[in-house]
Amino acid sequence: MIAIIDYGVGNLFSLKSSFKAIGQEAVVTGDAAVIRRADKLILPGVGAFGDAAALLRRDGMDKLLRAEAASGKPLLGICLGMQLLLDYSTEYGRHEGLGLIPGSVQPIRPVIPAAYKVPHIGWNALHFPGEKHPLFRYVQEGECVYFVHSFYGADCAGSVIATAEYGPELTAAVAKGNVYGVQFHPEKSGNVGLNILRAFCE
Amino acid sequence: MITKRIIPCLDVKDGRVVKGVNFLGLADVSSPVKLAEYYSSCGADELVFYDITASAEGRALFTDILTEVASTIFIPLTVGGGINTVEDFERVLKCGADKVSVNSGAIRDPSLISQAAQKYGDQCVVLSVDAKRVDGGFRVFAKGGREDTGLDALEWIRRGVGDGAGEIVLNSIDTDGVKNGFDLEMLSAVCEAVDVPVIASGGAGCGAHFRTLFETLPKVDAGLAASIFHFGEVAIPDLKQELAAAGINMRL
Repeated sequence: MIAIIDYGVGNLFSLKSSFKAIGQEAVVTGDAAVIRRADKLILPGVGAFGDAAALLRRDGMDKLLRAEAASGKPLLGICLGMQLLLDYSTEYGRHEGLGLIPGSVQPIRPVIPAAYKVPHIGWNALHFPGEKHPLFRYVQEGECVYFVHSFYGADCAGSVIATAEYGPELTAAVAKGNVYGVQFHPEKSGNVGLNILRAFCE
Repeated sequence: MITKRIIPCLDVKDGRVVKGVNFLGLADVSSPVKLAEYYSSCGADELVFYDITASAEGRALFTDILTEVASTIFIPLTVGGGINTVEDFERVLKCGADKVSVNSGAIRDPSLISQAAQKYGDQCVVLSVDAKRVDGGFRVFAKGGREDTGLDALEWIRRGVGDGAGEIVLNSIDTDGVKNGFDLEMLSAVCEAVDVPVIASGGAGCGAHFRTLFETLPKVDAGLAASIFHFGEVAIPDLKQELAAAGINMRL
């Protein structure tokens, strides 16, 4: 069973539906017992980093997720959920993340050409630096996924498993051991996205 | 590099997809869920659903359909029509919408944009504008294009983006339903006025019109149309291939 962590951030309807579409049992839960019992964890998130990080800490979810990740349980962060896996964010002040993957969350604006719009919103092609990570075993280089974000994972060089070109190559996915994160929305990326969730579930 | 988006728009009334020509003379086309599945499988990059129902029953039916669509297809969904309050945002986001489009509701209460943007983020708020040439300028029309609001379209759009609208759908009433091409002049003016994504709507009659749109106005992010897709006059896979062959970045 897959637990989609519910900590009061965002709309989890599509995420839950997408697991159902690939034949996986997924529950939306904030219950520590259910999360401990789950085989795999999804950390979703939309909105501002600081608010989300505070909600995680308020419920002690941060400690639980660190413990679960340390036990070797696969954990996939999606969008803001990916950013929360990193060390800290500079979105509206400095906020600490879970520190499960080295890196920080920085605004896109200063690193992209002036003519490019923020947020980075729409379908963009995935590029795989080096050997393709198993999370992307059903995805081809150049296939598109759906992004919506104004901040990105910076300084995670050693953990970057996919990028998308938006001026520079921006971090599209990170991994360190059993902890993964994707900046894009696999639940909104058609069959390519479902194939990424399928690979995570296997 | 980000791709240009092709977006079919589905006007839904009493559970069925309809499309007005120049906003008049509605004709029933098909089931929203079937059409959504069809469009997703042929490569539509996003879907827009407009609820053009007036009754409470119709509204409940619409959210049921939305829920069904969002459970079966996994591409971005924008919902508009009858969005007058932040509660309306909540109602459709809960059913699986990703973005919510405001039009007349924002004209009646411009604070709706900032309220929604603060609660759900700029990326969630789409400002949809029906505009028409009046006295040498572009004027905002409300109520499905029937009522001249007196608002200058460029000022209204600038203000909306300032308040937190993350995307603009510009529907030119002058070209809508005419099938003679998008309103490049009006779109160009909007692209110069704001730096959020602009979605062109109104006037597409064939694939070449999309090519002209993206080649003439590289700042336009997406092209939206309804009847030409619903009636099969333009097939989305062919359209995307044709645009890609012309050097326009598409998701294939």
